[in-house]
Amino acid sequence: MPGDTPLVQFVNIQKSYDGEILVVKDLNLDVAEGEFLTMLGPSGSGKTTCLLMLAGFEPATYGEIYLKGKAINKVPPHKRGIGMVFQNYALFPHMTVSENLAFPLEVRNIDKSERETRVKRALDMVQLGTFGDRRPAQLSGGQQQRVAVARSLVFDPDLVLMDEPLGALDKNLREQMQYEIKHIHENLGLTVVYVTHDQSEALTMSNRIAVFDDGIIQQCAPPQVLYEEPDNAFCANFIGENNRFLGKVIEDYGDTVKVEIDNNAGTIIAKKVKVEGVGVRCTLSLRPERVTVNPEPGALPNIFSGVAEELIYLGDHIRTRFTVCGHDDFIVKIPNSADHAHLKQGDTVNIGWTAEDCRALDPSD
Amino acid sequence: MAIAEAQNEVITTADGVPLKISLKKALWQRKKTALLLVAPLFFFVLITFLIPIFDMLLRSVDNSIVAEQFPTVVVEIRNWELNSTELPDEATFQALFKDFKAGAIEKTISRLGRRLNYELSGMSSLFRKTARKIKKVETPESATETMIALDKKWGKLETWRLIKRESGKYTSSYYLSAVDAKKTSDGSISMKDEDRQIYLGLFWRTIKLSTAITLLTIILGYPIAYLMATVKTKTSNLLIILVLLPFWTSLLVRTSAWIALLQKEGVINDILVAIGVLSDDGRLAMIHNETGTIIAMTHILLPFMVLPLFSVMKTIPPSYVRAARSMGATPFTAFRRVYLPNTIAGIGAGGILVFILAIGYYITPALVGGTKGTLISNFIAHHISSSLNWGLAAALGAILLALVLILYILYDKIVGISNMRLG
Repeated sequence: MPGDTPLVQFVNIQKSYDGEILVVKDLNLDVAEGEFLTMLGPSGSGKTTCLLMLAGFEPATYGEIYLKGKAINKVPPHKRGIGMVFQNYALFPHMTVSENLAFPLEVRNIDKSERETRVKRALDMVQLGTFGDRRPAQLSGGQQQRVAVARSLVFDPDLVLMDEPLGALDKNLREQMQYEIKHIHENLGLTVVYVTHDQSEALTMSNRIAVFDDGIIQQCAPPQVLYEEPDNAFCANFIGENNRFLGKVIEDYGDTVKVEIDNNAGTIIAKKVKVEGVGVRCTLSLRPERVTVNPEPGALPNIFSGVAEELIYLGDHIRTRFTVCGHDDFIVKIPNSADHAHLKQGDTVNIGWTAEDCRALDPSD
Repeated sequence: MAIAEAQNEVITTADGVPLKISLKKALWQRKKTALLLVAPLFFFVLITFLIPIFDMLLRSVDNSIVAEQFPTVVVEIRNWELNSTELPDEATFQALFKDFKAGAIEKTISRLGRRLNYELSGMSSLFRKTARKIKKVETPESATETMIALDKKWGKLETWRLIKRESGKYTSSYYLSAVDAKKTSDGSISMKDEDRQIYLGLFWRTIKLSTAITLLTIILGYPIAYLMATVKTKTSNLLIILVLLPFWTSLLVRTSAWIALLQKEGVINDILVAIGVLSDDGRLAMIHNETGTIIAMTHILLPFMVLPLFSVMKTIPPSYVRAARSMGATPFTAFRRVYLPNTIAGIGAGGILVFILAIGYYITPALVGGTKGTLISNFIAHHISSSLNWGLAAALGAILLALVLILYILYDKIVGISNMRLG
């Protein structure tokens, strides 16, 4: 359970490599004990830098990092007691799997019999009990990944950092490993800080996701909140699929706004999330699965007529591209239910959505 | 059963030709291209490298000069025993007279004298003296008496034993000299007197200095290679140029520069005297001895250590050491347990390269080594160009070659040649 003081605190952290560009701009973030926090963002957004600062491999240019309430800026990496899993696994090629796992115990001067028990326990945990005598090169990617996870846990660290650990695996294995890591996290009650650029991975595994862009946390929230209630246009666009309209607010009703789409392509009623006042530009964000095909007339505030340009059959749903309000890249996910609308290419139908589902956000780009 | 039969059946292509033959035909074209690409270099190496080496190895045992100059003597002397206490019979002396006179007239006999002088000093002058006189002598009744009259040495058992010993087509005497051994007059092998031993000490010094130079290049080269492998590409490119800079100047210039720096009246000694570290009489002898050879050769061979090390270190991801640190290893432990073992291939490659180059190095020790800092290669050069004892030079060279091969095999056994990476 989260305690009173967070396990990790980033306070006003700034980081620059060259003295000209701030890679991390004023980062403030708390990680509670037992939490699985994911830092998600495009490459170059500063998320890996944050992880390296936490592990102690990069000094913070300004600000302080606290671990268990103690400032650790001056503590060298080997005294921080933080386990880490690297993108390329970083298994030592000249040691066997067992020797790799025993390494953190050896440098802590733990005696041999204890070492052997713990190595065996760690190997059993990742279902590699019989692989102890192999070299890392003799293992498959997934097995190497498991060894790397086991090695980061074998010395019972307070905190485990994972830097895109599944990046090198193929899709099926990646999904399988996501569940395995999630289960290990739940079973051992670990605190994990996880870095990835894969949003589905972040959604699957995390308690909370911190979305990074341009050295700033754009939003830090549980997956559900992040997906359904993005704070800004970047998050809405980066997490999940998203239909966007750019326009200008012409009326403000308090909770909702009326937005005129550029080029006079129509007006949409949307939830007011991050726009201020009449006349400002904004981005409207709408998830493809929240669009209703053939709604009852008058049932929804936003009903438009659209032309089905392209239909892609994906089994559980049919991905349909419409031309709506002058945009020809409007995606609708039609669930493959018993009574779904059977469209053909070129059909003109009415589509609509609620004001709740269409969020008026800041004008990005 | 059906499966077993199918396995025994020869798999064929559609036209019934066995698959293996068809595959060979298809691959032949590719092989032909590969052979053609290799051919020019192969012939170049064969003519300029392999054949000379083979010829050198042959020279180290070749003794045909005796049979050439003494064609009848070597036949007659077969009847004479090496441990006999009497001189050979008249027929052998007749043969000696005949061969010697023929050789003296053609002026080729002194070459044999030089050859036998390697084994027994005095032979060269005996042959020259006899050759001068024998031209005036007609075929005698008693060749024995005539020859002994020309020079008393022809009447000594020692001379004849030498001729008998060296009458074969091949000889081991060059190799024996190369390891400071000799055949005694009764044919057994013994070491030369201590004060006449040269080559064993030289081999030992060559190995000792080469080892010292190799260790020094590792100690000096490892940090710089590490720096090159870990800094930004732009900086590391600059460092590579700096490491390779010595190659842009001639070897002679670099070696001479060391002479200017290290000699008694040189820059370093002058500075040390000027700042009062040394007295004017106590100037350090840093050149024309082993120190000079070690300093100059370490400098010259350093790039051969740095480059293989660099190429290996570049492939070691920084996450290895980071992983070790995050698991609780101190910087030193992380280096010793994780980084160093992964650079063994580079140390091995650089080490073997530097050692092999050092063991056969010639110019630098010749210039800065004086008498105490010269290596075996300087003596090989001396025997090729000054003393003209090519057989001994060849034997020394062959032993050097054997040393390098043994080292190579040892390396293969311990580290494994396939682990060697040069770039």
